[in-house]
Amino acid sequence: MASRDRARTLVIGIGSPDRGDDGVGPLVIELLRERGDRDLAFLDHHGEGAALIEAWDGSAAVFLVDAVRSGAAPGAIHRIDACVRSVPVQIFHTSSHAFNVAEAIELARVLNRLPPRLIVYGVEGRRFDVGSGMSSEVARATDEVVERLFKEVDGSVREVSW
Amino acid sequence: MSTRTITVDTLARVEGEGALTVTLEGDTVIDVKLKLFEPPRFFEALLRGRRFEEAPDITSRICGICPIAYQMSAAHAMENACGVRVDGALRVLRRLIYCGEWIESHALHVYMLHAPDFLGYESAIHMAKDHPAIVERGLQLKKVGNDVIVLLGGRSVHPVNVRLGGFYKAPTKLELAPLAEKLRWARDAAIETVRWVASLPIPEFEQDYEFVGLRHPDEYPFNEGRLVSDRGLDIAISEYDAHFAEEQVAHSNALHSTLRERGAYAVGPLARYSLNFDRLSPLAQEAARAAGLGPVCRNPFQSIVVRSVEILYACDEALRLIDGYEMPARHAVEVRPRAAVGYACTEAPRGILYHRYQIDEHGTILDAKIVPPTSQNQKTIERDLAHVVPKYVSLPNEQLTWRCEQAIRNYDPCISCATHFLTLTIEQASVRT
Repeated sequence: MASRDRARTLVIGIGSPDRGDDGVGPLVIELLRERGDRDLAFLDHHGEGAALIEAWDGSAAVFLVDAVRSGAAPGAIHRIDACVRSVPVQIFHTSSHAFNVAEAIELARVLNRLPPRLIVYGVEGRRFDVGSGMSSEVARATDEVVERLFKEVDGSVREVSW
Repeated sequence: MSTRTITVDTLARVEGEGALTVTLEGDTVIDVKLKLFEPPRFFEALLRGRRFEEAPDITSRICGICPIAYQMSAAHAMENACGVRVDGALRVLRRLIYCGEWIESHALHVYMLHAPDFLGYESAIHMAKDHPAIVERGLQLKKVGNDVIVLLGGRSVHPVNVRLGGFYKAPTKLELAPLAEKLRWARDAAIETVRWVASLPIPEFEQDYEFVGLRHPDEYPFNEGRLVSDRGLDIAISEYDAHFAEEQVAHSNALHSTLRERGAYAVGPLARYSLNFDRLSPLAQEAARAAGLGPVCRNPFQSIVVRSVEILYACDEALRLIDGYEMPARHAVEVRPRAAVGYACTEAPRGILYHRYQIDEHGTILDAKIVPPTSQNQKTIERDLAHVVPKYVSLPNEQLTWRCEQAIRNYDPCISCATHFLTLTIEQASVRT
């Protein structure tokens, strides 16, 4: 990816560090920040959907990381190219917000306000109780998401559907 | 007699996690339970032992939607404890940032969460397919509120620029100019919003509430005023605990608030509007009248209209404040701790938010009490439902359930805020339905 586009690449981590595996998004952001890529923009976000549509306005590419609950094994990583396919709203109900991430993506699709590229990484969570801490499965998955994101932002891996 | 139950396992389009059960025998409602089962978060205990300057930032984490309300109530309560009053341009900036929060929070609720109910859409996504321009207007309005918070608060999510005594950095007059430009658009969009929501099919339904809210000598209230009701309550904020009680109920993780003498009461846009119609700007009053509202509104389904009038007022007021703004000489006044108890009540988008702190002479917090608006409205929501159900009892279950959910959304409940509380027994902590 050219440097100019990298500067307009936004990585959003959704969730609350206080709610167990819901903290995966903010943790991914923290780890990516530590790697120190000055060209990328990062956003640690609580997941109120309408604000997300504002947040990615003007970005050329957006990578979004959130915890999901689809019934898959804890720690499983789902990758969705949201510009190609719809995001299953029901698996993103890990947030307590009235208008959640998946709804924001689908509303943006209806209003033609999706960014040119939007990749969603969903990490299957095991527990979401307040103060429960992150499960070992999700902690392991976090490292993998960071690696995959880092490579993907560089354009060095071909896209694979999940 | 046959028993019928209306059940909503997980309420949609509300902040936080809650459920509803209504039980009828024949056409008679015998039980209504609004169950707020989101786990409590013990913020009041967390505050004990912390520094008094930390209260605005710690409590703002209670809510991602209304952090300014928490910052304002916490800051004013601490300043009250320390005998400090913030005036002039710093006071203006506090009103201005609150305008931003009302615009943002109300626009989200009116357009994304509540309007779909009136038009029969499952969600804002479905509504946007038929009415894209309207939903876009809602998003843009919300963004203007967000822009106010970003400029004054430093960022929109958990803003960091508010402190005891004022701000870490006050903006220059020049920095506010682009905001005025956006607010002029927003004011026009708010006028359109009031017109639009007034045209929605709104059920006829009036309730006999006791409205409770702030009342200021000159202003539509944000941060200051006496606490009044339309049934004779007229007290200083420091008298709150003498007049209001909190009680635990088994079916909710949020304490129920009551007036000690008279029981349930209502806070929020309907109460604020009905107690302070004469304090609205002429433009907001005119829009309200044109929308068919009188100076008092007792129909909770019209809260969508009242919220829209308040968006208009907040835009109008923000422009007035920016117009008269001169940058203060100091970003904040000094607040020195002393051993005291401080009280504050401010008007969060959903209604009054009460904070009380006891601090020692070194500024350590010894005790904290926070009463958010949604916990105060729980009893009133349940009472509304007890009257809504008989009125629509002939509807099939699915439609009656929808109507019940709409009645709950009239209050824009924030369950995440309501379940922050401290006192909790083990049994109630494990309540799950």
